[in-house]
Amino acid sequence: MRLEAKYNWLPSPFLSLLLFIVWLFLNNSVSNGHIVLAIILAIIIPLATKPFRTKQPLIIKPGLAFRHLLLVLYDIITANVQVAILILGPTKKLTPGFVKVPLDLTHSMPITILASTVSLTPGTVSAEVYPWNESLTEDEEPQERFLLIHVLNLEDEQALINTIKERYEAPLKEIFQC
Amino acid sequence: MFEWIISILLLIGGCFILVGSIGLVKMPDFYMRLHGPTKATTLGMASLLTAAMVFFSTTQAGLSIKEILISLFLLLTAPISGYMMIKSAIHHKLDCIERTKGIDNIEDDV
Repeated sequence: MRLEAKYNWLPSPFLSLLLFIVWLFLNNSVSNGHIVLAIILAIIIPLATKPFRTKQPLIIKPGLAFRHLLLVLYDIITANVQVAILILGPTKKLTPGFVKVPLDLTHSMPITILASTVSLTPGTVSAEVYPWNESLTEDEEPQERFLLIHVLNLEDEQALINTIKERYEAPLKEIFQC
Repeated sequence: MFEWIISILLLIGGCFILVGSIGLVKMPDFYMRLHGPTKATTLGMASLLTAAMVFFSTTQAGLSIKEILISLFLLLTAPISGYMMIKSAIHHKLDCIERTKGIDNIEDDV
C-alpha cells in the first residue's frame, strides 16, 4: 500500500483526473478555455485540500482498476435483473440470511469500496464492518476484520463468501497493493 | 428512430423502478425491503438518464453528457444510504422474519 504520491504537486492523481472530467462534463464542452480551467482546478483543488484530507492509498494499477470497474458495472446490470426476478417471484421461497465475510483488506478506503460493490451486486447488502472503530483503543489495529452482509436469498454460504473474496476482494487487493 | 430508442429506454427504466417499489411493499421485513431500492432502482435511473441523454443530444445542438455525472453520483450514494439504513435497523434491533439464517452473526452494539 502506497500513501505518498510520486510528485508533490500532484498529491492524488485520480482525484485530479476526476475533477478534470467532472468540470468538462458539467460545462458540456471541450473548448480550449474550459480545458485550461479544468487543468488549473484539477491541480489547485487537491493541493488546497491536501492538509485536511486523510491520506488514502493510491491506485497502483490503473489498468486493472478500469477492468474491475467494467466488471462491477456488468455485475450491477445482472444484479438488477436477478433482484427483479427474486422480488417478483414468490416471497415464501426466499430465505434471507446474515453472513460474515472475513476480510483481508486492511485500509478503510478499500474496505469502503468493497462494501459499496457488495451493496450494488446480486442480492447482497453490506450491513456492518466488525470490529467497530469505537470499540478499539486509539492506534490499535484489529486482528481480523469482518464484513456483515444481508443476503436476500441465501443458498450456499461458503460459495457466496468465496465469490465475494475472489471476484471483488482479490482485484481490490491487487489495485491498492495492500 | 431516436423516438423509439428513447421510448424503449424510458419503459425499461420505469419497469425497474416499478419493480423496486413493488419489492418495497411486498417483502416481509425491513432488511429484505432494503434490497429493492438499493439495486433495482440504480439500473432504472441509469436507463431514464440515458433516455434523457439521447433526447437532448438529438433535439439540441451538441452532445449532452451531463447525465453520466448524475448516474455516477447515484452509484456512489445508493450503497451509502443503504448502509446507513441497515446499520440503524441493526442498532434498533428490528425484527427479521423467522427463517432468516445466521442472526447470531450480528454482534451486540457498543
